[in-house]
Amino acid sequence: MSNTSLKAPHVTPAHMGLPKISMIGNRSYLVEAPGELDLPAQRRIWALERTLKARPDVHELIPGMTNLLVILQRTAEDSGRFQDELLEIWQQTAELDLLGKTIEVPTTYGGEHAIDLAAICDYSGLTDKEVVRLHWERTYTVFSVGSAPGFGYLGGLDPRIFMPRKKVPSLRMLKGMVTIGGMQSGISVLTGPNGWNSIGFTELTVFDATAEPPTLLAPGDRVRFIPERVEL
Amino acid sequence: MIHVLGCGPLNTIQDLGRAGYRNIGVTATGAMDPIALKVGNLLVGNDEDAAGIEIQTFPFRIEFEQAQVFALTGADCAARLDGQDLPPWWCIRAEPGQVLELSTPMKSARAYLCLQGGIDVPLVMGSRSTSLRGSFGGHEGRPLAVGDILPVMAGTTISPPVNGFGIVPPAQAMPNLFPVSDTGDLILRAIPAGEHDLFGDDSERFWSQTWKITSQSDRTGYRLSGAPLQLSAPVELRSYGIIPGIVQVPPGGEPIIQMSDANTAGGYPKMAGVIDGDLWRLGQARIGSKISFRQSSLTEALAVERAIDAYIDDIRRTLPLVANALVAMTKR
Repeated sequence: MSNTSLKAPHVTPAHMGLPKISMIGNRSYLVEAPGELDLPAQRRIWALERTLKARPDVHELIPGMTNLLVILQRTAEDSGRFQDELLEIWQQTAELDLLGKTIEVPTTYGGEHAIDLAAICDYSGLTDKEVVRLHWERTYTVFSVGSAPGFGYLGGLDPRIFMPRKKVPSLRMLKGMVTIGGMQSGISVLTGPNGWNSIGFTELTVFDATAEPPTLLAPGDRVRFIPERVEL
Repeated sequence: MIHVLGCGPLNTIQDLGRAGYRNIGVTATGAMDPIALKVGNLLVGNDEDAAGIEIQTFPFRIEFEQAQVFALTGADCAARLDGQDLPPWWCIRAEPGQVLELSTPMKSARAYLCLQGGIDVPLVMGSRSTSLRGSFGGHEGRPLAVGDILPVMAGTTISPPVNGFGIVPPAQAMPNLFPVSDTGDLILRAIPAGEHDLFGDDSERFWSQTWKITSQSDRTGYRLSGAPLQLSAPVELRSYGIIPGIVQVPPGGEPIIQMSDANTAGGYPKMAGVIDGDLWRLGQARIGSKISFRQSSLTEALAVERAIDAYIDDIRRTLPLVANALVAMTKR
């Protein structure tokens, strides 16, 4: 066993359209797409995920926002070579367009659950009516599902209502809150601490452990928020 | 069946975890000390991923309704079966009506009770582990409580010798494999992660200083206290997949190590990842104890991984022979 072959650099920097690869522990590789947080980049991630799924040395794949965590079954004998393979696969795979279903989310905007609407108005300089309208007018795409069971990271937010995540999370955010986190939107799935900003509420349940599949949202699905009530 | 007679908060049913669902946000959960659970299961003749009880608050007391082979591994809890002292890492048969009691351990954090056959709770998404945040899996998706009655599946009928038998725990079996400091603090081996270099000189301090595990630590993760670490320039990361052992640095500057019940994705800058072979030691680390990190390599991680696999393989291979020999001797 040669020691040098195992001492791969832990970070392959993103350049010339190649992803950045870094390690988390000894058998997980984070592949980060170059460029913007947009649908074309996410489609490359979906394609990479699909290609790697068939490999017997892969234990689990966790797609994130324009990135993919590749968890191997065991520590790679030759980590540098595995990283090179990932880059080769990246170059050989085209975008994968997942044709998902469209989900309508009946939403109450404003009211007691819109605890961060005022802060978004302050940050954006928009009125509450405008913030709500800009949110429901868009059609969102589920980029990935994660963090909590069935939580969908929704891409496609209008940049005018971008709102950074809170530095200190709110301690008791309810399940069902319609939220904005940076350039992402989402529906909270668990009641508990949450750093995203709430502008509304839905009764829609997005996760049921006993159902098959247990999740309502899947990558590639389209999501439309339907303003059933607006309480401003 | 067993009856829970005495139980503190947050003791749960765990197996080796719910692998394969992190891509839909479902936390893997599973035993915080997987080696202890595996060995406990092997001792009673189970598959190593059968469901056992992870006990992290004490005292813990159960009554056996029928004769039941069981094993205790992990933290040494000065266990007593109807008043008779049991050694740690031990397997023995309980008779109907006998009571097992575990006391607060002097060292280590978590004990594992494995029952021959495994605890009979429904499989949810391929695992019997309790998901506390998701409120599913395990026993009714919640921690155990006084009054709970837990069914046990039929297992092998291998019976240990009358006085039981045991296994040398991993830290004693492989003393040179797991480093501690001169003062007995845990030294965790870790590999630098994506944003390590963005911490500039502070990244050196991450490795050189001693950290304390705060009381805000549980199965989800450990919050450390020590001189805060700051990025050289702020970064806004896109959410990425999280695994146990990842060391992240939130805006406050004091690191968090994510553990078995961690969310599956997050966005804090990541400093390092603890090697798999040291995760079980972290799972046994107590609140208030001190730890430090030592920069490791894939070469070292692979060597530790192989040594642990060999330890488990050796038990799996020799245990039936040893148990049979002991039974034969005691019968003579």
